[in-house]
Amino acid sequence: MMRRAAIAILALLGAALPGLAGEIGESARRSGYEFMSADTKAMQDDNTANPAMLSVLDGETLWRTKAGAAGKSCSDCHGAVDVSMKGVAARYPAFNAASGAPVDLGQRVNLCRRQHQEAEPFAPESRELLALTALIARQSRGMPITAGDDPRLAPSVAHGRALFMQRQGQLNLACTNCHDDNWDKHLAGSAITQAQPTGYPIYRLEWQGMGSLQRRLRGCMTGVRAQAYDFDAPDMIALELYLTSRAHGMAVEAPAVRP
Amino acid sequence: MPAALVNVPAKAKRGAVIEIKTLMSHVMEPGYRHTAAGEVVPRDIITSFTCRFNGAEIFRADLFPAIAANPFLSFFTTASESGRFEFEWIGDNGFVATASAAIIVE
Ligand code: HEC
Ligand code: HEC
Repeated sequence: MMRRAAIAILALLGAALPGLAGEIGESARRSGYEFMSADTKAMQDDNTANPAMLSVLDGETLWRTKAGAAGKSCSDCHGAVDVSMKGVAARYPAFNAASGAPVDLGQRVNLCRRQHQEAEPFAPESRELLALTALIARQSRGMPITAGDDPRLAPSVAHGRALFMQRQGQLNLACTNCHDDNWDKHLAGSAITQAQPTGYPIYRLEWQGMGSLQRRLRGCMTGVRAQAYDFDAPDMIALELYLTSRAHGMAVEAPAVRP
Repeated sequence: MPAALVNVPAKAKRGAVIEIKTLMSHVMEPGYRHTAAGEVVPRDIITSFTCRFNGAEIFRADLFPAIAANPFLSFFTTASESGRFEFEWIGDNGFVATASAAIIVE
């Protein structure tokens, strides 16, 4: 209730504020990490205290588990994950030639599940999908985000940007109203932050569990009382792609901890 | 086997104070929550954690409802001799998990 009330107040403020600031300059970009308390930062930094590392461990087991009609494990085709998946997550969502559209990392894993393992795809937000994406994302830790560089993705990036700028929901707020214009402020005690997608999948303390970027975005959509996009909907992927292209060059810190 | 992360220094000087850190994956369902249909979600927590060094118990903790999921426990001990730490987590519904780590004391 507190949070709802605070959002409503912010909506009023937003309407009253003159001349909004617009997009964030490259040098002013900040990962969500920088807004966290010292305790939460320490939890993320220490691999034996970061609960997301449990999911990575889980992912290591799955990586080597044979599955599907093909009876193959990820490692049967890809070998050692720290070699074959190094830097891969930093360029996702990526263009998928077969569908002519961007796919995010979770979708890419499920393409292998379906086409190469001949197994049922993992459900969105399932333990398995989060574990495998956490494992793969970890192999890009510290590397610069390059997603969106592919010129074939330009229309999707532009579409994602339009969605980011578009007001929605009963509170009639766009992502940009909070994350470009008010990122240095607080909402019901939480830092608003710049919505940089550097840490996903994350362990979120509020969830007491792991979650994908899609889950996080759905939370913000529900927050402004809009109908959240479905998991894996084309608009969802375009929005993810815009966020990663907006974070171009920032370091991957997955799997991160967030409050 | 549930996933556990333990962090013990591989080497230490005799008499040094060392920190041991453990993280165990577990839902820690407190037993106080209800489903949308109004049914109580049954309690499912870790109830005890023990650390032994070369067979002798050096640390024990009892855990209760309303502890965060994936409990993180850290504690200190003095490095007396080389050997092996053994960790054990016991909980509801027959939950048992173990892990171990070796240390060289010089
Ligand atoms: C009313 C303000 C508001 C709006 C509008 C909003 N968000 Fe957020 N968003 C927040 C707050 C506050 C947080 C931090 C939540 C927390 O830490 O509890 C957040 C967190 C995030 C994060 C997580 C960043 C990190 O460090 O992991 C992302 C990504 C994000 N929002 C994207 C979006 C997108 C995309 C939209 C539009 C669909 C949107 N948000 C709309 C307030 C907003
Ligand atoms: C039978 C072989 C095979 C198996 C098994 C397999 N993959 Fe793949 N994977 C491929 C091929 C081939 C590609 C290249 C794209 C394509 O042709 O589909 C690929 C591409 C990928 C990519 C994208 C790499 C990039 O550089 O963009 C990821 C991520 C991936 N696989 C993850 C997985 C995971 C996780 C599993 C296990 C759940 C798995 N794969 C199982 C053959 C396999």
